[in-house]
Amino acid sequence: MQIRLTIAAACLGLVTLGAPARAQSDNDIEKGIEQYRRMLKEDPWSNPGLLDADRGEALWKTPAGPNKVSLEKCDLGKGAGVVDGAFAELPKYFADAGRVMDLETRLMWCMEKLQGAVHADLVKKPYPAGGQPVKDLGAIATYVASKSSGMKYAATLDQPQEQAAVELGHTIFFRRQGPHDFACATCHNESGKRIRLQGLPHLSDPKEAKEVVGQWPAYRVSTTQVMTMQHRLYDCYWQMRMPELQIGSDVSVALISYLTKNAEGGEIASPGLKR
Amino acid sequence: MKALILATLVILAGVTASPAADTAKVDAAIVAAFPSVLADWKSRFDQDETMKQCSASQNAPKQDVAAEINKREKAKIEYPADGKLLGDWKSGEKLAQSGYGLRFTDIPARQPDGGNCYACHQLTKAEVSYGTVGPSLLGYGKVRKFSEADTKAAYEKIYNAQASYACSNMPRFGTNHVLTIDQIKDLVALVMSPDSPANK
Repeated sequence: MQIRLTIAAACLGLVTLGAPARAQSDNDIEKGIEQYRRMLKEDPWSNPGLLDADRGEALWKTPAGPNKVSLEKCDLGKGAGVVDGAFAELPKYFADAGRVMDLETRLMWCMEKLQGAVHADLVKKPYPAGGQPVKDLGAIATYVASKSSGMKYAATLDQPQEQAAVELGHTIFFRRQGPHDFACATCHNESGKRIRLQGLPHLSDPKEAKEVVGQWPAYRVSTTQVMTMQHRLYDCYWQMRMPELQIGSDVSVALISYLTKNAEGGEIASPGLKR
Repeated sequence: MKALILATLVILAGVTASPAADTAKVDAAIVAAFPSVLADWKSRFDQDETMKQCSASQNAPKQDVAAEINKREKAKIEYPADGKLLGDWKSGEKLAQSGYGLRFTDIPARQPDGGNCYACHQLTKAEVSYGTVGPSLLGYGKVRKFSEADTKAAYEKIYNAQASYACSNMPRFGTNHVLTIDQIKDLVALVMSPDSPANK
């Protein structure tokens, strides 16, 4: 595994560092990226994100927080403690919380209600710095998502509250703001486009949404860490020159609801592997 | 804070087109989603009339709205006092490479804000790591025979892309004070100077 990762990382370096790439034609570079993507896909077990899924499983079962209880009684939507297939049906409206929740938001709710965690602590610094492993919440999310891997997205999102979340997410996807006038749609409303050499999925198109949304949480080779969907959105808003998007906010939950609706019927392949 | 949000809601509900309730709801959700915002960043939540029209039409405004946007944005363009539009292409190349600036990790600023042109455009043969969200600008000045009119159009395009193309994805670099007039002149030189690598 170590060797494969090293090869993949070396290949990435060739593509992004520029110096050796300058002599190549555009076509060669595209081919290099394709080859790198193939290498990532060929051996799923070379994905370091699986180590975080294992860590997440241990954390799920370990008593924690002021109440010293595990998350094993957490209801992710299919009943207390049911993990298998739960991610495939999220986001959904939870009557006990009175709001629509995606996986990470629901996990935080369980940490608060079962383990006695303080909400302000959970949302304070939820994501790792570059090169650091995904934090505990993200590791647990990776574990839960991996237990739906191979299944198809089956979130119905047909309750009035869920429909409202999808609609809010749809509107926010096209909402331009900030000093650069950026919206999600600026980068993700057309097929076959790139930022520098990074391909951009056309996320408002169900066909492309089905291919990529189910890959999150994903291991990113460029930052050597698992990135969750909430973290992915936080990073997008950083690029959009907006302030720090709060984990579990109505905006992030709505965007995840919108993306999941677009990805309905798509296969879950989490943790995915990304550049 | 709650009073501020409420006041914002009341104001927005009063001035925005229907469905007013939805717009107010979206704006309130945006304000609530970024609780750590710095005081002088709060204006980033707000949308001017052009942003509202582009968001509502999903960047495909009807002809009359597009014309209205063109006219409004054209009026916002400021020109260099001395009338000279061509700066230094070498400085322009550096600006085109840099995506630094205005992100929450860029405070306090440690270097000038960049234009990040290569993120979306091909500009020179030497730089192969370019994006394709915008059109290729390779040979831009050459095919336009380095004309004065096209130099002015390039300046206007960078200063405020929506003066000519309503709801363009391109930031309004001058109007939104992302780049200074001098920086924009350097970028004009990058695409319009005969000696720029973009035209070699």
